[in-house]
Amino acid sequence: MSMTMTQKIIAAHCGKTAVKPGDMVVANCDLVLGNDITSPVAINEYEKCGCGGVFDCNKIALVMDHFTPNKDIKAAEQVKQVREFAKDKHVKNFFDVGEVGVEHALLPEKGMVTAGDLVIGADSHTCTYGALGAFSTGVGSTDMAAAMASGKVWLRVPEAISVVLKGKPQKDVSGKDVILHLIKLIGVEGALYQSLEFSGDGVAAMTMDDRLCICNMAIEAGGKNGIFPVDDQTLAYLKEHGAAEPKVFTADKDAQYARVIEMDLSTLKPIVAFPHLPENGKTFDEIGDVPIHQVVVGSCTNGRLSDLRDAAKIMKGRKVADGVRMIVIPATQQIWLDAMHEGLFDIFVASGCAVSTPTCGPCLGGHMGILAKGERCVATTNRNFVGRMGDTGSEVYLASAAVAAASAVMGKLASPDMLD
Amino acid sequence: MVLEGKAICYGDNIDTDVIIPARYLNTSDPAQLAQHCMEDIDPDFLSKIHKGDIIVAGSNFGCGSSREHAPLAIKTAGISCVVAKSFARIFYRNSINIGLPIVVCDAEIKTGDKLSVDLKNGVLTNETTGVKTEFPSFPEFLQGIIEAGGLMQAMSGGVFE
Repeated sequence: MSMTMTQKIIAAHCGKTAVKPGDMVVANCDLVLGNDITSPVAINEYEKCGCGGVFDCNKIALVMDHFTPNKDIKAAEQVKQVREFAKDKHVKNFFDVGEVGVEHALLPEKGMVTAGDLVIGADSHTCTYGALGAFSTGVGSTDMAAAMASGKVWLRVPEAISVVLKGKPQKDVSGKDVILHLIKLIGVEGALYQSLEFSGDGVAAMTMDDRLCICNMAIEAGGKNGIFPVDDQTLAYLKEHGAAEPKVFTADKDAQYARVIEMDLSTLKPIVAFPHLPENGKTFDEIGDVPIHQVVVGSCTNGRLSDLRDAAKIMKGRKVADGVRMIVIPATQQIWLDAMHEGLFDIFVASGCAVSTPTCGPCLGGHMGILAKGERCVATTNRNFVGRMGDTGSEVYLASAAVAAASAVMGKLASPDMLD
Repeated sequence: MVLEGKAICYGDNIDTDVIIPARYLNTSDPAQLAQHCMEDIDPDFLSKIHKGDIIVAGSNFGCGSSREHAPLAIKTAGISCVVAKSFARIFYRNSINIGLPIVVCDAEIKTGDKLSVDLKNGVLTNETTGVKTEFPSFPEFLQGIIEAGGLMQAMSGGVFE
C-alpha cells in the first residue's frame, strides 16, 4: 500500500509495514519534550500514578524557556519542580537558564533530532522538526507523562495535504511569508488532523531556517505536522549539528493526498497576518497606515540567526521610530553568541533596540514585552489571538523579521521596499 | 452515561489563550486555573455557569497552544462536557487523556437551552427545543481510554501493551 512520508515514519515506529489514515496506533518515541509550563502538569500526573523511573533518561528533553529567567515566584516554583524531577529521574537533557534556548530552536541546534525520528512534545510548535525530515507533533502534558514512563504515544494516522513549492522567492520574501500565505489560503483549520507534506523544486530555494519556520506554523493551519523531504541541505545541517545518523523516508510516488496545493514562490509578496487569527494575511497593497507601538523579533518561529541578520540589515544606520519599542530575542545562546560576534548587537543597540537573553517571553504574553490596551505589536512570532501578548484590547501582527524591522523604522506596518 | 446541563455558547476558533490566558500558567493547580477559565473571552463565565453546564462552540474549539491547562480549567470549573462542530487536535486528545467528555456535533443550540448528552448512544437532546441530534462515537481505542477515566489510568490497564 502506498504511503506518505509521515505515514511511513509512523509505521516504522509502531512495528507495522503499512498504516492508513484513521488507523489508531501506539508508536515508540525517539524524543519526548516538555517546557517549564507543560512539564509541571505532566510531572503531577506522573507522580500521581507512581510511574517510577523514566523509559530512557537520554530521550527526554526538559527545556525551561517560557517564563524564564523566572518572571515571578510561581514561575520559579514550577521550574524548581521540573529541575528536581530531572535530577531525581536522571534526565540528561534538562536545559536551565544559562544554556537554555527556545525549545524548537534549541533541539535542532543541539542535534537532538534527526531525519526519520518520531518526536512528541508538550508544546504545540513541536511540529517544527518536520523541517529535518522527522515526524514531530505537539501533544499535551498527560501524553508527555505517559511517554516519559513508557516511551509510547497514541496516534491517529493522518492523511496529508501535498504542498508543491515551485520556483524561487523574490527579495525580502522568507519562509514566514510562505507559511502565512499558505495559512491564508487554507485557513486556521485547513489542515485539521492532517499532515502538510512539502515537495517540489521550490524546496531547494528554502533554507533550513525557512523550513523550520514553515513547519513550526503547520499547527496554525490545524495540522498534525509539517514535513519536508530530506535533501543535501538537510543532511549537511544534521551533520553540522552532530545529529544521529539520518533515516531517510520518502513519500511513495502514488501516495494518496487529501488535496494538492501548488505554490509559486516567485509570486509571493511580504505578508502580515492581522489580528486575531494567523489566517488574516494581507499584502502591502491591501494595507494602509497602521501605526504600531512595539516590535518583537524572536521566538521558535523566527528567532534564528538568519532572522536576526534580516532585521539587522534593515536597522543598520537607521533608528527605531519615536514611540516604538523594538525587542530582539535571539532564540538560543549559540545564536546570541553568533549574533554578537557578527556585530549585530552593535547595530541593534545603536538603532535603539533592546536585546534580550533567550526566552519565549512576550510571544505568549509571559513577560519581556507585554502590551497595554490599545497597543499594536508587529511580531515575528506565531499567534495573534485575542490577548496573546497582553491586554485583550492589544493587537499582534505576524510578519517576517524583515517586515518587523522595516515597521520599527517607519513606526507603522511597512515592507522593506518602503524604506528610503 | 447521560450528562445534563444548560448550554453556554461560543463561536468558532476559541483558542486556548482565551480559555486560560498564559499569564495564569505560572501554576499547574487545577483549582487556581479554573478561577480564570474563559476569562479573556467571557469575563463573567464563572458567575454564569452552574455545575454540570455544557460549553457549546463552533469549529476548531481549543486551537492554538497545547496547554492541557485549558481542558483542565474547563473540567475543574464544573463544565460536564464540551460540544463543538470540530475540535483542534491537541485539545481533542488532551480532553480524552484527562477524562473531559467532548462531543463533535453540529446542532441548533442557544445559550440557556437545557441539554442532555447520551455519550454511550451518541445522542444529544436539546430538551428546550425537543430536537435530538446523533453524533459519532469515538474509535474503540479512544473509547477504552475514556472508559478508564483517562490516559494514565488506561496505561496502568495496559493500553500501550
